[in-house]
Amino acid sequence: MKTYDKLIFELSRPGRKGYSLPADNFGVNGIGEIPADLLRKNEAELPEVSELEVVRHFTNLSSKNFGVDTGFYPLGSCTMKYNPKINEEVAALPAFNNIHPLQDATTAQGALELYYNLQKMLSNIAGLAEFTLNPYAGAHGELTGLMVMRQYHMSRGDNKRTKVIVPNSAHGTNPASAMVAGLEVVEVKSKPNGSIDVEDLRPLLDETIAGIMMTNPNTLGMFETEILEIAKLVHEAGGLLYYDGANLNPLLGKVRPGDMGFDIMHINLHKTFSTPHGGGGPGSGPVGVAKHLVEFLPNPRVKKGEDGKFFVDFGEESLGSVSTFFGNFGVMMKAYAYILTLGKENIRNVGPLATLNANYIKESLKDDYLLPIEGVCKHEFVFDGLKDKSTGVTTLNVAKRLLDYGFHAPTIYFPLLFHESMMIEPTETESKETLDDFIEVMHKVAKEARETPEEVINAPLTTIVRKLDETGAAKNPILSYRALKEAEK
Amino acid sequence: MSKILDDLRYADSHEWVKLEGDIATVGITDYAQHALGNIVYVDMPEVGDEVTQGEDFGAVESVKAASDLLSPVSGEVVEINEALEDEPELVNQDAFANWIMKVKVSDPSELENLLDAAAYAKVCEE
Repeated sequence: MKTYDKLIFELSRPGRKGYSLPADNFGVNGIGEIPADLLRKNEAELPEVSELEVVRHFTNLSSKNFGVDTGFYPLGSCTMKYNPKINEEVAALPAFNNIHPLQDATTAQGALELYYNLQKMLSNIAGLAEFTLNPYAGAHGELTGLMVMRQYHMSRGDNKRTKVIVPNSAHGTNPASAMVAGLEVVEVKSKPNGSIDVEDLRPLLDETIAGIMMTNPNTLGMFETEILEIAKLVHEAGGLLYYDGANLNPLLGKVRPGDMGFDIMHINLHKTFSTPHGGGGPGSGPVGVAKHLVEFLPNPRVKKGEDGKFFVDFGEESLGSVSTFFGNFGVMMKAYAYILTLGKENIRNVGPLATLNANYIKESLKDDYLLPIEGVCKHEFVFDGLKDKSTGVTTLNVAKRLLDYGFHAPTIYFPLLFHESMMIEPTETESKETLDDFIEVMHKVAKEARETPEEVINAPLTTIVRKLDETGAAKNPILSYRALKEAEK
Repeated sequence: MSKILDDLRYADSHEWVKLEGDIATVGITDYAQHALGNIVYVDMPEVGDEVTQGEDFGAVESVKAASDLLSPVSGEVVEINEALEDEPELVNQDAFANWIMKVKVSDPSELENLLDAAAYAKVCEE
């Protein structure tokens, strides 16, 4: 079954069925009162398959999936930590699962309490006043946060503030979110270690600056040691500081963005708080704000009355709604379970262990891979490709070769500060044995690059599909079965 | 080693320019195409657009990254290389033959702000 590569449409045979519907006792043929012009004229072209075929199809496909449950996944900036199974159990509890967002708040007190408690926990972890859990994912959180920023300035009649400063080492979502929020992006240079160049920042700060977006540690995994100075300068110029929470993992329970001077931040529950992501589940991007920004948070909000009961509130000064109802509630339940499972003390071990693991790999591999920034990193670090540049083997080749050895590739060609970036983030949940296996394979690939480079350049050699045509995929994407059929004609 | 032509002027943002009369032909350098990898799309300006030295006039998208194009000269776009619309990979094949736009320059002296081949070679080495 190793070569199984069928689409379910290809299994379809006319008339084959895996179900039987009960008799139509109402004589409406399932159509009821739907107006004639809204009814489809032709039958839906659904695959006609038996139950066994469906089960085999998806079981076979699932065995081809690579996830944290199958192997090491050092994808930098993505925090691919283990997703504890108890989280799934909690999220599947019928008492939460079967409620409807429109039912009366008095009948959903448990769900509202969970939302309320989780936002309080995140506020404590972040050192901020309050969180909304409504945004669906990280970039959605960024957009929401920037809308808060804009709303704040406009509420003060300070309408000139239309620019957001973004470092050239930033996650690509930062400038993209600023554009979508209707703000202009101004780039600030970073120093060789990825930290913001304060001298380059200073002249940019004027009365047109709405704020700055930063991540700390930065995208090279280095802590921004001048953050307090940067916060002071931005605040003095009337701007706000936005914290991109993608790199929160190493700071968890140790350092709080609020204490560094950040006014707004988002957290990726699907990264830092262990919920599945990357094809494994939806995200969640809660946004936290300092006290002076709470009133601008999106609606609806969950509040606790003096009688101890929870209720849903719609604020007048709010920037409005950013999601249907309360966002991805299932993800919140998993993150809540994760925080409670670890507890206040253990959550402080996450960052140091993630940091230790990253530094262990970095120091073990820097003889074969080019480390552009020396020093202790946080949860992740960046190599600039192989140290020996004479072999012709690129970062892409190394990444593909890792697949042959059963590892997921690291993030490659990001950040853009180097040509051959290879960004490795092991997370805290991996054992020393797994890290040693990875280090051994990375050394082996470097040796192959020197001795039999064509083997690495032609990788992957053992995967179900070999090297993919990335240019073709970008230029002529085939995204559906129908498009595939068209292309085959 | 990437190719650098002697008779062109260069911007440190890796665009080249060749001035003939008051028409400047602009493209990206061999070094740039090599660093970007397989190019999948070139976002070009329209004929008639005004471009300004040092400001973006389009973008190049590769399988690795999207990168802004900064104009090495100021003036009006008089022609774009339409062949790149369907075959952006031509830039990978020969970055100097496959130019991106032609500009009627408003101030030829602006070229003095640009690098010569030797100075640009140094930028690439850094």
